[in-house]
Amino acid sequence: MTGFDAATTAVEAALAAGARYADARVVHRRTESMAARNAEVEDLSQLENSGLGVRALVGSSWGFFATPDLDTAGDAGRGAAGIASASASVPGPALDLVEVPAYQDSWSNPCRIDPGDVALSDKGDLLVAATKLMREHGADLAEANYTTWDSHSWLVSSQGHRIDQRIRECGANATATAIGDTESQRRSLGNNGTSGWELVEGLDLLGNAPRLAEQARALLSAPQCPSGVTDLILGGQQMVLQVHESVGHAIELDRILGWEAAFAGTSWLDLAELGRLRYGSELMNITADPTIPGALGSFGYDDEGTPAQPRDIVRDGIWVGVLAGRDSAAMAGLDYAGSVRADGWARLPMVRMTNVGLKPGPHTLEEIINATDDGIFMDTNRSWSIDDRRLNFQFGCEIAWEVKNGKRGRMLRNPTYTGIGPTFWRSMDMLSNEVVAWGTPNCGKGQPSQIGHTGHPTAPARFKGVRVGVRG
Amino acid sequence: MSTPRLVERLLDLVARLAPVGTEAEVTTETQTLALTRFANSFIHQNVADTTTTVRLRLHASGRTASGSTTVTSADGLTALVERTVAASRLLPADPGWSGLTPPAAPTGTGNYDPDTADADPAVRAKLVRDFVDATEGLTAAGYCRTTGIRANFGNTAGHRIEGAASSVAVDAIARTAGSDGVARTAGVRLSDVDGAVLGAVAAAKARAGVDPVDIEPGEYPVVLEPSAVIDVVLSFALWGYNGKAVAERRSFVDVGAAQFDSSVNLVDDPLGPHSLHLPFDAEGTPGQRLDLVRDGVSVAVAHDRRTAREAGVTTTGHALPPGFRTGPFGLSTLLEPGTAPTEPAAGRPVADDSVAGLLAGVERGLLVTDLWYTRVLDPRTLVITGLTRNGVWLVERGEIVRPVGNLRFTQSYPRALGPGRVRAVGAEAATLPYNWGLISVTAPALLLDSWNFTGGGAG
Repeated sequence: MTGFDAATTAVEAALAAGARYADARVVHRRTESMAARNAEVEDLSQLENSGLGVRALVGSSWGFFATPDLDTAGDAGRGAAGIASASASVPGPALDLVEVPAYQDSWSNPCRIDPGDVALSDKGDLLVAATKLMREHGADLAEANYTTWDSHSWLVSSQGHRIDQRIRECGANATATAIGDTESQRRSLGNNGTSGWELVEGLDLLGNAPRLAEQARALLSAPQCPSGVTDLILGGQQMVLQVHESVGHAIELDRILGWEAAFAGTSWLDLAELGRLRYGSELMNITADPTIPGALGSFGYDDEGTPAQPRDIVRDGIWVGVLAGRDSAAMAGLDYAGSVRADGWARLPMVRMTNVGLKPGPHTLEEIINATDDGIFMDTNRSWSIDDRRLNFQFGCEIAWEVKNGKRGRMLRNPTYTGIGPTFWRSMDMLSNEVVAWGTPNCGKGQPSQIGHTGHPTAPARFKGVRVGVRG
Repeated sequence: MSTPRLVERLLDLVARLAPVGTEAEVTTETQTLALTRFANSFIHQNVADTTTTVRLRLHASGRTASGSTTVTSADGLTALVERTVAASRLLPADPGWSGLTPPAAPTGTGNYDPDTADADPAVRAKLVRDFVDATEGLTAAGYCRTTGIRANFGNTAGHRIEGAASSVAVDAIARTAGSDGVARTAGVRLSDVDGAVLGAVAAAKARAGVDPVDIEPGEYPVVLEPSAVIDVVLSFALWGYNGKAVAERRSFVDVGAAQFDSSVNLVDDPLGPHSLHLPFDAEGTPGQRLDLVRDGVSVAVAHDRRTAREAGVTTTGHALPPGFRTGPFGLSTLLEPGTAPTEPAAGRPVADDSVAGLLAGVERGLLVTDLWYTRVLDPRTLVITGLTRNGVWLVERGEIVRPVGNLRFTQSYPRALGPGRVRAVGAEAATLPYNWGLISVTAPALLLDSWNFTGGGAG
């Protein structure tokens, strides 16, 4: 049975069982990951995951059922409708879906070097060599890994959608850890994207390995990041988490509507202020754009069949958009969707970040440092924590340098900073034009838990009057 | 095909397709997972799936590779073996290979209730209805989850073992315009859970949390409810009592040292009544109770075969499936309850009588429901930052006097439970849900000397 055949069977069965709308996705995904530690391959896993998930809307209540056996697609459709009927015993308000044309299309992302064509021995050699170099340059613990995902999906809806997509993603990471008497320090480099193996080659793990190890070692004897309030410069890699946590999640419409209240949380944003609220300074321009070639949050259509399209989220500092799905948008009175995705066939599609990032600013990192009399430059996330309304955050970075009189000075260890989202973003007074699309392959959300792949084009920026050096 | 037959089928394929002398282990798991989720007092997501997963790990000519599939047709299984064998040929040698688990008698069959594993969506919806109704007009949100898992393990050393586990978890809040209250439980049997009781607890907490005041950050004595303590216990298990983390000197654990107050006793017990996990690990090692901390002294850490070999000890049965790089840690960890007196909880925003019993020991301090979004700043000292959630109250002279706004903390968890710093351990331990897998953590409430709050919720 083909993917389209199974999905069609499931949708028809759900309709026959009382659903007024149904969609089904067949997904076949191969995942390959390898890890090396201290010049030895530690683990190689090759996973094949295949099945069908069907979503049924009975009245205004949803049900979802998934099975790995495509021959039971009809049972799955009926199962989803039955679960939706159970949902109706604790009913909510009337629910509709915003209109999306019934696309019939096929899409795949650019991929210059298929990761499947790169020999495992070559991949292993790269990781072993990178970790060996890090050990030779001072790392007590040297780790490197890569993961590739090759996903093929077939979507059918009762409104006529019929879309197949093939998305190939990959990423790699290298981490050097230096262990002292009382603490450990680490430096890392990595990225992920909807891309072929060319992304891994572009990271130049071998070229960067000595630097990572030497910096991790040097951090052990560097002075502590001082405590106080100062001007903070964030590098592009740290801006990824800043955008992801304090903007990306806050603009998810399901959170704003309270649908995630018990677990992930809600949002400080109020739809009544959409189009008026000042989120940040006038330098802050955020878009959600799943059309960026190579970025990790890119696709042709989301998992409801809405075509990828860029959307302004914050324009000149004013909040103007959200990440939405067809049902949440209809409930909020909005007319657009396009940000709904699922972690494979066995999970319910839900509102997810695409590529949420900053448009370039007018400066360079060098200009920002030159213009700073007294501040701290931090980069690369080490820890992240933020409250359930996405307001109060505290981030730790791997490395920092003091900035005095326009010059980068001493290295500082254990840098942290804390703030309140909108206050922080309103303090952004310089923004670089050196935008890089970073990918985060580990965004957790939902119950049952789902792992999402999100992209974040970001650049270095400066923030005024930030509290740094929070310690326990 | 039944999962025992799948194991034999895979091992037969390995014998045919892999080099002579290949060592192989196979795990098959059939898991049913159903979760009914509600928000704004209605069911908005309701899902179920049943999935069989086959995992294969093999060691041939000094090289190790692993793979898994959900495609259990003959072609799917053959492809799994062929690509895993091919991968093993291309990989560098694996000097850390520690061999297969030899035949061993099972130590248990697992805690399994078929009525829970196969629960009808209408039963979960009824529990949700009861929770919502018990909040008496507040807004309710949360989930009810039921799971069932049957697993079989076999290897080319002749070892075979099987087991099953079921679980129910409810985790939900009641909301006023400015406060949330939570109630949670987890266990083996759905029939043990009463949605109305949980809804009433959550509603009482939410109503008692209205109009919180901000207080100055700083060090405060705290009563941590069980829902907060499980974050501490899980952090100890994952970051501390983990054989790989210890070997890499990333852990705070110093076996033989009195690292905690003498009232602290921590065990991992996959065979205990609270366990929601299978009675064997990913290498087929039968589960066993493992003391981690006894009377405040660190006495052991969790090992799989690989870390045990490196440390010169035997495995404790804590191997995780291939691909999990955290290292071995306890999935059924229990902080043993203490002997603190209990008091009736009635009328107070506390989880149970054992929490109420700890309040009398507080001259001025805070009652904390949840530790939320916690992240490690330094694994060697296990300094963690996070926020409070779902209710904080100021306690004076043993009485709850007012709700307090959420606070950020930055605290070394081992130091908080260090020698002389635990004033009392609650008399009842609760098993509570974990969102990221079938991990069961069981813990009582704690009264601690101090907790370092580093900021208010407003910054």
